[in-house]
Amino acid sequence: MSSSAQAAASADLEVEGLSKRFAAHLAVDDLSFSVARGSFFSILGPSGCGKTTLLRMIAGFVQPDRGAIRIGGEDMTRVAPNRRPVNMVFQHLALFPMMSVVQNVAFGLARRGVGRAERLRRAAAMLERVGLAGVGARRTDELSGGQRQRVAIARSMVLEPTLLLLDEPLGALDLKLREHMKIELKQLQSAFGTTFVYITHDQSEALVLSDQVAVMNHGRFEQLGAPQQLYYAPATAFVAGFVGASNRIPGKALTIERGVVELIGAGGWVLRARAAGALAAGAEVQTFIRPESMSLALAATELPAAHVAHGAEVISLLFDGANSTVLVRELQSGLELRVALPAGPDSAQLRPGTRVCIGFDPQLALCFGPGGAADV
Amino acid sequence: MSDGAAGAAGYRRLVLALLLAPALLWLLLLIILPHLDLALLSLRERAGPGRYVASLAQYRNFLREPLYWHVFARTAALSVLATALTLLVAFPVAWSIAKLARGRRRALLMLLCLIPFWVSETVRTLGWMILLRESGVLPALLVHLGLTAQPLELLYHDATILVGLVYTSLLFMIVPLVGSLESLDNSLIEAAYDLGGSGWSILRQIVIPHAAPGITAGCIVVFMLTLGNYLTPTLLGGKNSLWFTEQIYTQFITRFNWEQGAAFGFLLLALSTAMVWLGLKLSRQRFGEVMRRA
Repeated sequence: MSSSAQAAASADLEVEGLSKRFAAHLAVDDLSFSVARGSFFSILGPSGCGKTTLLRMIAGFVQPDRGAIRIGGEDMTRVAPNRRPVNMVFQHLALFPMMSVVQNVAFGLARRGVGRAERLRRAAAMLERVGLAGVGARRTDELSGGQRQRVAIARSMVLEPTLLLLDEPLGALDLKLREHMKIELKQLQSAFGTTFVYITHDQSEALVLSDQVAVMNHGRFEQLGAPQQLYYAPATAFVAGFVGASNRIPGKALTIERGVVELIGAGGWVLRARAAGALAAGAEVQTFIRPESMSLALAATELPAAHVAHGAEVISLLFDGANSTVLVRELQSGLELRVALPAGPDSAQLRPGTRVCIGFDPQLALCFGPGGAADV
Repeated sequence: MSDGAAGAAGYRRLVLALLLAPALLWLLLLIILPHLDLALLSLRERAGPGRYVASLAQYRNFLREPLYWHVFARTAALSVLATALTLLVAFPVAWSIAKLARGRRRALLMLLCLIPFWVSETVRTLGWMILLRESGVLPALLVHLGLTAQPLELLYHDATILVGLVYTSLLFMIVPLVGSLESLDNSLIEAAYDLGGSGWSILRQIVIPHAAPGITAGCIVVFMLTLGNYLTPTLLGGKNSLWFTEQIYTQFITRFNWEQGAAFGFLLLALSTAMVWLGLKLSRQRFGEVMRRA
């Protein structure tokens, strides 16, 4: 058995050369990828990037112009949605308001011709599995947002699909519940062992939940990898800007030496960063530095040894518990940058207007060439 | 201070009373008073020239004369049939307007449904007669195509009456149906399809339960209009139409027997009330809910 055949055997979803055009707009542009069995796969992108079209093509609601979709090893490109081993959790859940909770869950079983007693038994068992034992007789509008979410998942999972598609199901929930449901979704997925394909524009959802994340922009994948890879080794400027918080510094490359670029930004500010990909001297570049990769102190001597000190002025403190940052203005360029709030006594003395020194390890600042513009 | 509050409340009541006055006057003067008078009329009998006594004779006549209750039952049955046919024809039209058409095209389709109503009902019905009579357009076409040897008389059949009634009622079914179908979330249909539903099961389990108030409202309006229609059955059905409103007309105008006509009027009112009640019971709807949603 060749390695590609082996990969095919363990993949629940394979997409090959998939394209879809709506009038002048190319929604999905020649995409190919595969999703391993039992994994949690997220497609992350801004609205309008084509992720919803991609999901709807996998579900069967949209016909692709070109390409093939294989689910569980079988070609499904021309198969109707009601005949695919795929179920979908809709953005607003789409629970049937004219039916009770248990009727909602039993709907798909009834369509498959499962007998009444058997489908009620299986629906009740599934409700118990998602922690909703005893609510079967209720109307769907009597449930809380989290319970409705679980009914939507139970309604799909009772059919034992090869693939569960989730279309931003947490988008309509308030923040507190969203955090809670994130954890719950992850637990449900590992309990069921079903392959989940999840689309979202919320990078934190994608990072927390997924085994693999594809970052999508303009109908193409910018990068496909584990959450850690996307965060620490973004392949393009778009990914660096979209995944996690980052400071973006535009400039022009001066010299490139052993993978380190010296660039000049606004106001003649010269700084050094690691080159991501091939760069040429004189090219327009942009550098991304995460707030937590930057250090801040009152005196240059207190900065770590590898950090070059740059003068800055505090604009405001953005307190957010463990994610607290300081908004500073770099004095030479006038750029506003976010720096993680340092622990220790220094932070107590920070006020708007305080003169500070900021620095960063050039190895943790990524410099991208003019190829991909970070239009986020 | 409490005087001022009481004054303000009294003023609000007065404004409300004035705003409602036209509707209430209309109800009282044009509906309740005439009906009270008709009720009294229907419950008396002519005992001699200019002399009347209270009696149930008019209702007894109705039960004794087979023609009367035969026409009564026939009108009810054909009205139910016409309502059902109207629903069948209107549903796909309403679906297209509510779910398939977008923007300007939707407005245009609605307008197309409305256009026939710019012409008076009499003229529209006469138009049907021109098309369908023996020397009319359609029989001539059938002969021309070689489908029939002689021109057929297409008027004065029950089917012709039904066609006319459905045509007249269509708009009153389409409007509430479009309203209730528009409010159906498309993702519910997609979800049902995704879970393995077929077109028929989605229609039966998702679309019809959602649209039930609109369907019921449309059926009530169409049934009442059909039952009380005079012009269409008379013109298209001719002497064979045997429609109950015609009997009422005959009693009032031809026979000058107002007592009998009034009794027939009340029987028709009772019939339509009973049918609406029955329809609501069978479809497990509540009248208030239906009127609110429609």
